[in-house]
Amino acid sequence: MEKTRGGHPCNPMKPPPIPRTSNFGGPPMRFAPRWLSFAPLAIILIYGILTSFYTVSPEAVAIIQRFGKYTRTANPGLHFKIPFGIDTATIVPVRRQLKLEFGFASPGATNPYQAGAEPEKERDMVTGDLNAANVEWILQYSITDPKHYLFRVRNPATTLRDLTEAVMCEVIGDRTVDEVLTIGRTEIVVEALKRLAEVLTHLDMGVSAEQIQLINVHPPGPVQRSFDEVNRAQQEREQAINEANGEYNRVIPRARGLAEQRISGAEGFAVQRVNQAEGDVVRFKELLAQYEKAPAITKQRLYLETMSEVLPRMGPKIILDEDASRFLPFMNLNK
Amino acid sequence: MKTLVTLITLGALIIIAASSAYTVGETEQIFITEFGKPVGAPINADPAKNEAGLHFKMPFIQQVNRIEKRILEWDGPATEMPTRDKLYITVDNFARWRISDPKTYFEKIRDERSALSRLNDIIGSETRNVIAAHDLIEVIRSEKGRKPERDEAITAASSNLGTLPPIQFGRSVLSDQILKASRPKVMSWGIELLDVRFKRINYKGGVIEKIYARMASERQQIADRFRSEGAGEAAKIIGRKERDLLSIESGAYRREQEIKGRADAQATGIYAAAYSSSPAAADFYQFTKTLETYQKTLGKDTTAILTSDSDLFRLFKSMEGGAGAAE
Repeated sequence: MEKTRGGHPCNPMKPPPIPRTSNFGGPPMRFAPRWLSFAPLAIILIYGILTSFYTVSPEAVAIIQRFGKYTRTANPGLHFKIPFGIDTATIVPVRRQLKLEFGFASPGATNPYQAGAEPEKERDMVTGDLNAANVEWILQYSITDPKHYLFRVRNPATTLRDLTEAVMCEVIGDRTVDEVLTIGRTEIVVEALKRLAEVLTHLDMGVSAEQIQLINVHPPGPVQRSFDEVNRAQQEREQAINEANGEYNRVIPRARGLAEQRISGAEGFAVQRVNQAEGDVVRFKELLAQYEKAPAITKQRLYLETMSEVLPRMGPKIILDEDASRFLPFMNLNK
Repeated sequence: MKTLVTLITLGALIIIAASSAYTVGETEQIFITEFGKPVGAPINADPAKNEAGLHFKMPFIQQVNRIEKRILEWDGPATEMPTRDKLYITVDNFARWRISDPKTYFEKIRDERSALSRLNDIIGSETRNVIAAHDLIEVIRSEKGRKPERDEAITAASSNLGTLPPIQFGRSVLSDQILKASRPKVMSWGIELLDVRFKRINYKGGVIEKIYARMASERQQIADRFRSEGAGEAAKIIGRKERDLLSIESGAYRREQEIKGRADAQATGIYAAAYSSSPAAADFYQFTKTLETYQKTLGKDTTAILTSDSDLFRLFKSMEGGAGAAE
């Protein structure tokens, strides 16, 4: 590369050291005075060697400036440059996914801009229906143009942070509290990312927003209970409906079964009744056929048979003559 | 002696060279002053033209003044102010600016700290003016005709829920107004204001409690509605249960009676057909049924008073009567 070209020190920052030897006055030194006079030169040489190379780690590139002017972008690896501050290399991590946190701060972040100074204030937002909500989110971004990242905006990380906050505040300000808390979350993320990308394209600061994620969205502390209450009420509604359905299901199928049972019972009764009738009639007819052959004697027989069966079972028996009918009123029947 | 002269000349040359050359970084704009008085056009001041690199000037008498070229940020303090509808809110906005005229900036402002404090004054007061001229909702909302997504389960409780109050201007119009009002005022300091945006807007301490109370009452409404809906739905189901139960039971009863009635009728028909087939059959039926009834009804509790002229005891009196009857 061009490291061999150019390069006598006319760096205004570094006035060349005036060579000074130790044998100006006083007795001449015995110990290698000539060797000592090369010491400043040696120091310059060592400094020159130390500032003539740089390494770029795999996730980064280096922006090389000569006398302050951008000359080239160096890829990962070991590189040489003109020493003494004529060429300067600035390492920019372009392949690293960077993250900004809003409304909260996870501990142990390597990126000093990752969390804001006042997360609890970032979190508080006013929604479009003039309610309040606490919103925590993150932005994932990467540096797409290291040149613009370094030269267009001073403090690109804080600028990005402020822009993201402004965009999110704007998007939340156009949503109802229910959209923010539940139904509109995906849409909010999409819309915020879209608007942020527009602003960043317009600003051309070499950064691209890759993803916004809502981490934690909840109602502010004092009204959290009321929101929980709504959830509870919703559950209670479901529970009431379920219980009523349970009651229905406990009673109705059983009633249907019982109804079938009664009908089956009635059908059984019907069959029985008809069969009995048929049976009785058949028996009667058989009997009648025999009776008709000798009605008087059969009648007599049946009568006497019945009486001989009935009379022994009965209680006191009194046999009266026609003439003794007057006796009746005097008889104590309840003895 | 000769070496000393050479050394001194060399040293002087180096010092002159060092004093006449200077670098201009990508992020700097430069102007040269001669005894404190600016001379020549500023270097690398035009954002469209890149003049970074090595430059030269007159040694000793000219001085290099370095001014920031990049876009800078002003992040104002969060300030409390009233809106037109008399609500106190905390507004935190920020702006981006650049030094467009380094010479003027250098003469009038000198350093960044005083630039920021002047921006505080100008943007702060313009923000206050704009906020005081509009209702709160104008600074909260942005998109005029936006139709919010509604969760009917929740918004059914009240027609106010899940709606966005209408706006006339919106946030971006307001921040534009602040920008337009502030921009000319800072222009004379060599500062170009690029944009002003609202970063955070929130209710002030005393207001927020009322907002919370309103939110809580809104949620209470929703919760009450859910509970009432639950009770209503449950009542409907219980009602249906009772209706179905009565209909099932009475239907079963009806069917049962129908079946039994038909069976009784059939049986009655069968009996009647058999017993009334001839006078002898009717007579015989009556006779046997009477005997059957005796058998069933007479027991040991029965006291029988029989007369001697009954069929059974006719023979008690005389054999003849019996023979006569047996005939």
